This record gives sequence, structure tokens and C-alpha cells, in this order.
Amino acid sequence: MLLSTIVFLPVVFALVIALWPRENSLRHLALGFSLIEFILSLKIFQQFDPSSSSLQLVEKHMWIERFGIQYFFGIDGISLWLVILTTFLTPIIILASWNSIDKRVKGFHAALFLLQTAMLGTFLAFDAIFFYVFWELSLIPMYFMVGIWGGTRRIYATVKFFIFTMVGSVLMLIAMIYMMYLTQEALGTMSASLLDFYRLKIPFVGGTLLSLQSLLFFAFALAFAIKVPIFPLHTWLPDAHVEAPTPGSVILAGVMLKMGTYCFLRWIIPLFPEAAEYWAWLFLLLGVIGIVYGALVAMVQPDVKKLVAYSSVSHMGYIIIGLFVFNSYGITGGLYQMLNHGISTGALFILIGMIYERTHSREIARYGGLASVLPIFTIFFFIVTMSSIAVPLTNGFIGEFLILMGVFEKNPWFAAVAVTGVILGAAYMLWMFMRVFFGPKGELVSDEHHPLHDLNAREIGVMIPLVVMIFWMGIFPNQFLDWSKASVDHLVKNRSSYNLTIKASGSHDPQALPEEAAQ
Amino acid sequence: MNHSLLMAILLLSPFVGFLINGLRWRKNGPNLAGGIATVAIFISFICSVLLFVDLVSMPQEARRIAVTFFEWIAVDRLKIGAGFVVDPISAIMILVITGVGTLIHLFSVSYMHHDKGVAKYFAYLNLFVFNMLILVLGDSLVTMFVGWEGVGLCSYLLIGFWFTDREKAAAGMKAFITNRIGDAAFLLGMFVLFMTFGTLNLHELNELAPTVAEGSWLGAATLGTLLLFIGATGKSAQIPLYVWLPDAMAGPTPVSALIHAATMVTAGVYMIVRLNAMFIAAPNTMMVIAVIGAATAVFAATIGMTQWDIKKVLAYSTVSQLGYMFLAAGVGAFGAAMFHLMTHAFFKALMFLGSGSVIHAMHEEQDIRKMGALKKYMPITHFTFFLGWLAIIGMPPFAGFFSKDLILEKAFASPLGHPLLWAAGVLGAVMTAFYMTRLMALTFWGKSRVPKEVHPHESPWLMTIPLIVLGFLSVVGGWIGIPHVISAILPGHPANILGDWLAPMLKVPLSDAHHHLDAATEWTLMGISVVLAAISAAVAYQFYVRSPETPDKIAKALGPVYQLVSKKYLIDELYFGAVINPLIRLSKNLWHHVDVNFIDKITYVLGDLVRGGGSLVRTLQTGNMQLYAMYVGLGLVAILSFVLMR
Repeated sequence: MLLSTIVFLPVVFALVIALWPRENSLRHLALGFSLIEFILSLKIFQQFDPSSSSLQLVEKHMWIERFGIQYFFGIDGISLWLVILTTFLTPIIILASWNSIDKRVKGFHAALFLLQTAMLGTFLAFDAIFFYVFWELSLIPMYFMVGIWGGTRRIYATVKFFIFTMVGSVLMLIAMIYMMYLTQEALGTMSASLLDFYRLKIPFVGGTLLSLQSLLFFAFALAFAIKVPIFPLHTWLPDAHVEAPTPGSVILAGVMLKMGTYCFLRWIIPLFPEAAEYWAWLFLLLGVIGIVYGALVAMVQPDVKKLVAYSSVSHMGYIIIGLFVFNSYGITGGLYQMLNHGISTGALFILIGMIYERTHSREIARYGGLASVLPIFTIFFFIVTMSSIAVPLTNGFIGEFLILMGVFEKNPWFAAVAVTGVILGAAYMLWMFMRVFFGPKGELVSDEHHPLHDLNAREIGVMIPLVVMIFWMGIFPNQFLDWSKASVDHLVKNRSSYNLTIKASGSHDPQALPEEAAQ
Repeated sequence: MNHSLLMAILLLSPFVGFLINGLRWRKNGPNLAGGIATVAIFISFICSVLLFVDLVSMPQEARRIAVTFFEWIAVDRLKIGAGFVVDPISAIMILVITGVGTLIHLFSVSYMHHDKGVAKYFAYLNLFVFNMLILVLGDSLVTMFVGWEGVGLCSYLLIGFWFTDREKAAAGMKAFITNRIGDAAFLLGMFVLFMTFGTLNLHELNELAPTVAEGSWLGAATLGTLLLFIGATGKSAQIPLYVWLPDAMAGPTPVSALIHAATMVTAGVYMIVRLNAMFIAAPNTMMVIAVIGAATAVFAATIGMTQWDIKKVLAYSTVSQLGYMFLAAGVGAFGAAMFHLMTHAFFKALMFLGSGSVIHAMHEEQDIRKMGALKKYMPITHFTFFLGWLAIIGMPPFAGFFSKDLILEKAFASPLGHPLLWAAGVLGAVMTAFYMTRLMALTFWGKSRVPKEVHPHESPWLMTIPLIVLGFLSVVGGWIGIPHVISAILPGHPANILGDWLAPMLKVPLSDAHHHLDAATEWTLMGISVVLAAISAAVAYQFYVRSPETPDKIAKALGPVYQLVSKKYLIDELYFGAVINPLIRLSKNLWHHVDVNFIDKITYVLGDLVRGGGSLVRTLQTGNMQLYAMYVGLGLVAILSFVLMR
């Protein structure tokens, strides 16, 4: 019951918050709830067996029998850390938006917990339709967040977000339904279980888009590529980020983008191995273009939030090329980079939110000399910047190094282009850093009517867990990688005929049971 | 004492110092902060000495103390531990880093006394030493890279230490980004070596290096080492990535002494010496290194002759001297490279600290045209600087003579050498003698041009003691590497201590072992460079002390050539005009024309098509979020029911 509890407890929280009579203790309540959820999610480590590549802690019940649609949760080394990332970031987000969200506080926290359920469900669901429900559900609270608590052009941004993601989702749903029919043909009964999808042998013909596997591959890939986002489908992201309130940006960058990359790993690569292999060049190419393009465009942004949004495009490009080389280095690095990006970009958005609360501007040109006024803020911003540009002993280095190494093994030329991101990343981040923090005091910093105050205890409390994770993950990466190793190895070794067995719950028997036996 | 404990203290002592000063950066005053930081480095120095003594007591072939604290990254075949090694090569480095480091910390206590950010300064300085120790002790290229980027980071922080001055902050950024270009190549170099040899452990790479020299440019050893060397050109300021080092003089002067003269900038040379067996297997790379080294030695020296800022002269001199080290490495004279690295650390740190003492006395004035005759006000600074001057221009028996002579000899005689490389080295030495004498003359000798309101004075003892110690080392530092021709005529025939010490670690170029110059040639080569340097120094003395109007005349006569050199060959302008500005223009065009005007336009058109024209879009854009939610829900229900009804 652990996974169900983890996924659906936030819905209960959302209800309690919606019915809570007293406005003033709402934030404390929400923070407490999110911490309970986080601690509960840590219980997974007690029950999870890192040496097994099977699906663990499985909960599986028939939902709509006629179509083989199931209530199906499970976890393995690939989803484990993303679940923890989600529950880890939520209390931080609540604490970070303590003052910045001042209208409809109740609605905000209710939406946040609903969103948490949707994201956790996406990472844990192993039935296509069940998964799809969570995937789509995650959009609704996000619309609310941007639409109600967002900036001045929020409607424009939400519509753009809407257009992009709906197009992808519809195609994906059609492809899923088609695959359910394929299971009926292949297995006799219709099933929406991802594990049954894995068993399908979908015909593939190289050299044409019109082979079945390639079509399904692209139907899924488009939905996920928009979410990631992969160049050239990224243009919704900068607008959404700029208009979103800080917590919205943090969730968007920290977790929701990872839903896209996670699904590449969970769905695309094992489901369509031949098509993925055949079309890998396209994703490597788009990933590398994304790295360079995102970095170049980030460099010339006048708005610091938009700069970070474009840097996400660049960083997500790294993850994509890491996944599409299909070796241990690339996939491990890609998985690690998902967490890194969640932490460091999440932290950057939080920091930008903190300074925005003080000055109500994100225009780089109006800053300058911030370091002499806000030293503590500067230290945190600097550490996160180092993580973002992958300086060794921060988490970013491990991910970037492994990805580049994986890509190099597959194709040195792509690695040689991707490595320019290492240079450009330092360029756009440090140039921004210099203009905002160094030099003489800018107009916003020297305004005598609005003296700036350095971070207070709450804000420092928000940053410390993030900074601890930055160094912990950079200095002891094995402590994190060990939990994912078995699953990643299993995927890398058996990519062309991937299957996932279910580990009987509670047993520490290394002999995993086949799926039928568990039913 | 237990080796892992010793190693842990050696590494962590500066880090603890960093934490103490870093966490109390508002509270710790100059004496407390400086005291903590200096003691932290001194503890490391003691550990280095103890490790060194242990190393000496071991049999020659077994001199290696390796400690692995934990496994850092383990993915597939890649296994990188937090492993550190003290062997004859790294032992020299840790002694220099912590020894010279302690002196420079001591100097800083007085030099930075009145700075508001003094605790922050010492925190950064300690963090730098910590990273530098990781760099030299790391047992694999990846651990080395940790320190490699770490020292770059500290360099960035210290160059831009006075960050309210935008120019200084920009200099820090320039250093970081230029280094990153090299680091990107370093990463690729690591990948090439790893994919071929299956390890990044330095010891194993040297063992696995091809025993037959690679002829091709695309062989793994050649390509890998060439990429690593590009990394070295960044960190060690060689052509074409040297441009950051002169700007790095924006940092406090002791920083220039520690980071930009004695330690960090030599990391590239050190890396090559570490991996010498792999580099030897790649003669093409070696040739590139030697040529770039020689070219940089000459090129930077020409600029050095025309600069007026005391620190800029020293900066170009450093670039030039680093060129000598690469020249040595490139001709396979790794021992000579290490030798010069060490002596240069002594005399260049001395001269940078001396310039700091001068700048301090002159109330932050750095222009040597406003100095002159400082000898009588600052006798200790002058005398120690004088020793450094004799060392760098290569006068026997000062430290620089022995190391530079060894490099020139090897450039001539090594199987990888060439008389032209030797000639470039001699030319560089002649120019070095000229610009260093010019610097001495304009600063300390001749007539005073000091403005009336400035009253120069000798620096306090905290600053002069490090100068005296380094001055002493600049005299005797070279005596551990006395060549055979000279020791043959000295009483007691002192051995070439350094050569013997390093010998088991170094692969010599094929056939070098039997390739010895006869004594007469060696004396001749030595004589030529010493005599030419002495003449050059005398000419400079004549120009800048006896008849100060001559240089101007010559500069005028040279016209545009002089202008070009004094403007540093306009290389910065070239990089901006040809690379950086076009890149920024390109980025703006990408943003406006691809993102905003192309992709977005297409999506609007598609969006309108999908939803049947613009009118529908307007009704959808009501801003009512419940409505949007309803659309999504309706869509879901519609699709599901379609499926269910079938």
C-alpha cells in the first residue's frame, strides 16, 4: 500500500486544506503535510531492494476489465529518485512561496498537492491509461498556477502551453490505444499494462517513417519531446517560466520537464528499440542543437528568468543525448542529470523569486553590485551557479561528465559539439552573474527608498537543503547511483528485448516472480 | 605516522581553514583570519615534509605512497576513486605549493591588513591551496580535473576579489571562460584515452602507453595528449589561450604570486610530466608542445619589453617562462621542465611579492614610469628583487641559470629537439634579460620620478621575511640540479640531486640515455646564452639608467611595429572582433528570427488550424481557468468514451 499512499495522500491533504477554516495557519499546515509526505516517501528505501532490477512494491488491481486497464503502481531504480525529487522539492516550494503567494492561498496549496499526486502518479503508474490520467491531470493544476498566480501575460503563456502539450498528448493517447489492440492480437486479451506492452514485437522497417514501430515511436516521442522540451518544440517553455509564479517555475523545471525525459527512458527506448536505435541520430542531433542553441539564446536574454529558462533547454539537451546513446554512461548520466537539473534549476528559480520579491524586476541591466548589498544571497546564488555549470564536486559535474563520456563512446563528433556547451554554459551564467552581482551598484540596488535586505532565516532554510544536495550528490554520487544501477544495467543489456518482472512484495527472494504469478 | 592520516591532514587542513574563515567572514579580523589561514597551510607543509622524508627513506623504485579514501564514481568500466598519490613528482609539487604558499599567506597578512574582505580573501586562498593539492595529488585524470577546475574557480574569485570594479570582475570572468575552453578539450582528451586504454588512472595510463612511438596524428595517444595539451594551454596561459593571464593581474598581488606565477599556472606542465610516458609515445604532440612553448616564450617576451605596469611586465614574463617549461616538456626533458617549474616558483613568487611591496609603498601605484630610485627607500625589497632578477636572467650561480640552461641544452641536443628551438630559447633569454633589467632600472635605479605626494617606505617585516626566504631560495634553489660539466670541476663533485630523484618516474626520449653532448659543446651553448643575456642586460641598463631618452627614440623609429607590440598585437581585439561579437550577434539573431519569428509563428498557425480558425481561439482565451480545466476533462472523457463505445 505504500505507493498508493504516497500517490494519493496529497489528494487528502488538498481536501483538508480546501476545507480548513483558518487562513492564517494554512501555510504551516501545508508545510507539515508536505514534510509528512516526504518522510513517507523515504520509507521506500526501507522496502526497496537495490540489487533487483524488477518492478518493486507493486500494487495491481483490475480497473476496467474489458479493456485490460489496471490500477497499477510499481517502482524501480529508474523512477525511484524522481519520486524522491518530487517529494523533496514540495516542502521547499511551500517554504519558498511563504510570502510571494498572497492571494487565494488555500487554492494555491490545494493545487500544489493535486499536482504532486499527478506527478508521483506519472512516475509510478505502469498501466498506459492509468498513466495517461496522471499525465494529463498534471496539466490542470499547472494551468491554475500560471493562470491565477502568474505574471501579466499569463493567459498568453497558458494558451501556448495548452496548444503545445495537448497536441502531443492526443497523439500519445491514440498510440496507446492502438497498442492495446496490439496486445489483444498478440496475447489474446486486451491489456494496457506497460509490462505487456514491453512483450510486443512491433514490426519495424528501416528507412521509412511509415513502418508501424516508427509511427508509434514518433507519436509517443512527440508528446514527450514537447514536455522535455526538445528543440524546436521548446518555445512554450520560456514564456511559461516567465509568467509562472516562482513555485510554478520550480515545479515546471524541477519535475515536470523530467516527466518527459523519464518517459523517454520508461516508454520509448524499451518499447521501440529498433526505431529508437534507427532514429537515434535525429535525437542526438536535436539534443546537440538544443545544447548549443539554448546556451546561445540564453546568453543574450535581458530577463534573468528567461535566461534560466533557455539554460534549461540547453541542459535538457544533455539529458536527451545521454539517453539516446543507450550505454551505461549516457543513461546513468542522463538519469543523474534529471535530478541535478531539478535541484540546481529549481534553486535558481527560487533565488530569482527571492530577489524579485524585493525589487519586482528581473531585468539584468537594472541590477549590478548586488554582491556588496546581499552577501548571503550572493553566496547561495554562486554555489547554485557552480552546480549549473557543472564544476566538479557539485552534482552537475557527475551528470555532465557521464553523459559526454557516453556520447563520446557512441559518436565522438556529437560529443565534440556537445562539449561546447561546457564553455557556453560558463559564459552565459558567469556573464549574467557579473552583470547582476558585480560592478557598481545598479539602479535597483542603489535605490535609497527601497533598501534591500539580505536573506532571512526562512529563506536560508529554503536554500540549505538544496545546497546540501548539490554537494552530497557531487561528492558521493555512488550513494545515489547504487540504487539505480541494477535497473539501468538491465535496460542497457536487454534493450532490444526488454522485459520487466514483478518482484513479489515483502519477499527478499532474488528470484523475481513472473507477472502472471503475482496476479 | 600513518600515511592515510597524514594525507588526510595535508588535504583537509586548508579546507578547514577555508571553512573557518568562510563561515566567519564578517567577524574574523585580519590577524585572526590571516593567522588561521597561514597555520592551515603550514600544517600542510609539515605533512608534506613528513611524507617527503618517508619517500626518501624508501628504496628508489618503491617511492610511491598511495591512499584511496572512497570510491567516487563507479559506472560500468569507469571506476574513479578519491585516490591520492605522493611520488617523486608530486612530492616536489606539494613542497613548493605549501612552502611557497605559507610564505605568501604570511605576506598577505600584512598586505591585506586594511581590506574589508580580509577573511573572505584568506578563505579563498585556503580553498585554492586545497584544490591545488587535489590537482597534484590526484591519482587519475578525473581527480586531477577536480582540482584543475577548482583552482580555476578560486582564481576567478580572487581575480575578481574587488568585484565592485567591473573591469576586475570581467577579468575574473575572462579567466574562467578562457580556461573552460581548455577544459572542454581536456574532457575530450580524457574520453579518447579512456575509450582506448580503459582507464583514467595516471599510473596505469603510463604503464599502458604505447611503447612504439605513434606516427599518425589520429592515434589515440597523439589525439588524447594533444587534447590534454589544449587544456594545458588554457590553464598555463600558452598561445592561443594565454590572454587571460595578463588581465588576471587585477587580483591582489599576493594572489598573482601564488596562483598566477608559482602554482596554478604550472598545472599544465605538471600534467604533462605526470603523463610523460603517454606523451613520449606521441612525437607529433611533443613537437606541437615544443613549438608552442618556444613561440610563447618569445612572443610574450616581446610584449613584456613594452609594458609600463609593473605587474603586467611580470605577467608576460610568466607567460614567457611557462613557454620555456613547455619547450622542455616538448623535447622530452621532463626533468628540466620540473626543475624550471620549481626555480621559477621561487624567483617569480619573489618578484611578484616584491612588486606587491613596491605597490604597497607607492600607495597602489603600478606604473613604473612613476617610480625610479626606490632602492634607497626600500633596501630589502630592492636587494631581494635584485636576487630574483639575477635568477630570471640566468646568471650563474643563481637558480634560474641552472634550470634554463638545462632546457636550452635539451632543446638543442634531445632527439626531439632542434637547433631552431634552441635559438628561440636563446632569443627569449636575451629579451628576458632586457625587459627584466628595464623593470629593475625603472623601478629601483636611476632618477626618481615618484610624485611628490607619495612617500615610499620599506614594508613591514611580515612582508620582508617572505621576500628574504624566497630570495635565498632564488640563489640556492638551482644547486640541486647542477649539470655534470660543472660539477666535474667543482670540489666534491656535487650530484644532480633533482635529476636522480626524478629519474625513476620519467621516460626519456628514445636513445637519449646514450645521447650526451661532449663537454666542449655544452660549455659553448652555456656560454652563448649567458654572454648574450649579460650583453642584453647591459644594453637595457644603458638605455634606462644612463640615457633614458634612447628607448623613446627607438620606439619612435620602430613606429607601427612598436605600437603593435605595445598594444599586445591586438590579440584581444582580434578575439572580440572575430569570435565573441559575431557569436553574440548570432545569438540575438537566433533568438529573434528563429524562436520568436519562426517557430512561434508556425505554432500559432498550426494552433489556429487545429482549432478551426482564430475565432475559436478568442473564445478559448477567456482567462477562465475552470473553463480550461473543463476542456481538458471533456477531451479526456470524449476520447475515452469513443474507445469504450467501440
